[in-house]
Amino acid sequence: MLDIQNLVAGVEGKQILNGLSLRVKPGEVHAIMGPNGSGKSTLAGVLAGKEGYEVSGSLMFDGKDMAEWSPEERAQAGLFLAFQYPVEIPGVSTANFLKEALNAIRKARGEEPVDSKQFLQLMKSKLALVEMDKEMARRSVNEGFSGGEKKRNEIFQMAMLEPKLCVMDETDSGLDIDALKIVARGVNSLRGEQRSFVIITHYQRLLDYIVPDHVHVLYDGRIVKSGGKELALELEEKGYDWIRDDKQPA
Amino acid sequence: MSEDQKILDKVTQSEYKWGFESNIESETAPKGLNEDIIRFISEKKNEPAWLLEFRLKSFKAWQKMKSEPAWANIRYTPIDYQDIIYYAAPRKRPQLNSLDELDPEIKSTFDKLGISLEEQNRLANVAVDAVIDSVSVKTTFRDELKKQGIIFCAFSEAVQEHPDLVRKYLGSVVPYTDNFFAALNSAVFSDGSFCYIPKGVRCPMELSTYFRINAAGTGQFERTLIVADEASQVSYLEGCTAPMRDTNQLHAAVVEIYAHDRAQVKYSTVQNWYPGDKHGKGGIFNFVTKRGLALRASKISWTQVETGSAITWKYPSVILKGDDSVGEFYSVALTNNMQQADTGTKMIHLGRNTKSTIISKGISAGKSNNSYRGLVRVSKQAEQARNFSQCDSLLLGDRCGAHTFPYLEIHNPSARVEHEATTSKVGEDQIFYCNQRGLSTEDAIGLIVNGFCKEVFNELPMEFAVEAQKLLAVSLEGSVG
Repeated sequence: MLDIQNLVAGVEGKQILNGLSLRVKPGEVHAIMGPNGSGKSTLAGVLAGKEGYEVSGSLMFDGKDMAEWSPEERAQAGLFLAFQYPVEIPGVSTANFLKEALNAIRKARGEEPVDSKQFLQLMKSKLALVEMDKEMARRSVNEGFSGGEKKRNEIFQMAMLEPKLCVMDETDSGLDIDALKIVARGVNSLRGEQRSFVIITHYQRLLDYIVPDHVHVLYDGRIVKSGGKELALELEEKGYDWIRDDKQPA
Repeated sequence: MSEDQKILDKVTQSEYKWGFESNIESETAPKGLNEDIIRFISEKKNEPAWLLEFRLKSFKAWQKMKSEPAWANIRYTPIDYQDIIYYAAPRKRPQLNSLDELDPEIKSTFDKLGISLEEQNRLANVAVDAVIDSVSVKTTFRDELKKQGIIFCAFSEAVQEHPDLVRKYLGSVVPYTDNFFAALNSAVFSDGSFCYIPKGVRCPMELSTYFRINAAGTGQFERTLIVADEASQVSYLEGCTAPMRDTNQLHAAVVEIYAHDRAQVKYSTVQNWYPGDKHGKGGIFNFVTKRGLALRASKISWTQVETGSAITWKYPSVILKGDDSVGEFYSVALTNNMQQADTGTKMIHLGRNTKSTIISKGISAGKSNNSYRGLVRVSKQAEQARNFSQCDSLLLGDRCGAHTFPYLEIHNPSARVEHEATTSKVGEDQIFYCNQRGLSTEDAIGLIVNGFCKEVFNELPMEFAVEAQKLLAVSLEGSVG
């Protein structure tokens, strides 16, 4: 699904990712854990194709080289980023926003647009996944939403757009335990053989609810340790200092 | 140049799509303005003596005024009023009984504009008065409206067929002494629409005038007069386009609305005159006076979507004369490239318990300048007057300007007046968020801008709202692939 080889990325001459490699197979859930400044958000941005990074290395998505693709081309090909800080778009309802997005993606794939009735039905079933009501979809995108509502809205959008690869950038930050559970339930319901997840997080907490297949430790812009779900617990217990003292290649 | 700026440049450098010129034979007056020209226009239109008198008085008043008002936040090369043609009319101008008799060129002009003068409008329930250059070429559905006593026709026909009504109301809301451009219009106006809704009648369809400047070197000076008698209701739409030319053309219109007791008038405009090219060459100079007089418990509502013209100078206003009258102004003004807009409203509270609402959305892109200018005046006797104003500006890029000039003159202590203003920028983060959901940058900007304007679009009649949304997208559209 995703094959990253020797990814190097920087901003304004400052190198942040230093030769990161990662392979994610269809259906797998990978957690990337790391302390502040290790390059977590840069990884999310580079995967989504955000402008402003100097990037080299190989980025293969679904067997294709996506290094030169624009953000919308990546999205249309099935890559979804759940933002750490979802953006507000005043005056544009979430429902309308998603209908435009869904139809832009369908158009890029040569599919017919969905009509209003189909869309409403789809929306109804997906709203339930994150315990949102129709009223929330009628409100402007993220405007006046609480931190928890914004994150639920990200998962709702993920559910609506049915991506192949979901990159979640610190989705757990700023969530109370109830919201965290709702988000996790939503994500778990979206897991499937053909859908992969890359969950970027500082804390282990989220991984109690979304159990990963693989855990990687990101440190100084590269993956320094990989393991199973137990690695996350070990990190939680020993802290990132343990990695610093005991740095070893993955 | 920042990435943000590059994206915006690509998106905002658009082409004007209504810039074709139709090959319609026209009859024009010689260039320049003097009493003879005014007599020529009046004679061409076979006008009664009182109207010629009105024109000549206006001309004299205009001559005394010497120059255009200078307070607006706009810059332009001086207009040479002797270098303008004040009368142009399609040559073939027969009395039309059916659309089949319409000049095929004119018909195809309106087809190209996406305005069918025929069946679609029956379905959409819109009666259309089509004005090319200075003359109304076709008004649809007149007979149907007539059954309810509604008069909807070209201004020049109203002068012939309903002279008493025209004489009674012409200049009653915008006197010819009002301002430089109103005086000029009063002297040389050629045509426009006239509308009268009798007592208690609710007009069963939208009335619409479509203005098209076609002939080169001409000015367009149309005059619209809407009279809503007691307890009547009408919704009126106005659209405008012009060919692309590299010289500036002057458009100085006057619209008067007279709302009798308990009448309701809703006036919507989508103004899309040619804005000039991206270097600021050509385009329409749009200097318009629009005003409504609201008598007791009546309501006048202006909604405008202004995307065209090199210069827009326009302040649709309401004089809230009657107690309990209501005035509303909803505006979207979009400027791109080198366009300049100085637009807003005046709400003059004279009666008791009068209420006004102002919602203004200004969008600036390119190197354009966009100003809101609004006056709320509460006079001494206007007990319990209320006003709410909200003026929001949205900037695309960092080479454009947004300005707000609110004036409040409150002479009665019981007044309640609120003013809110915001300025924001379309952010790179918003665009990236949309991109990440699969939307192109062009679509993203369209979506963000339309969201910004939502409160105003909600006020437009359905079909017009859709048209306005598309127009905004097109006005910002570029070559992003």
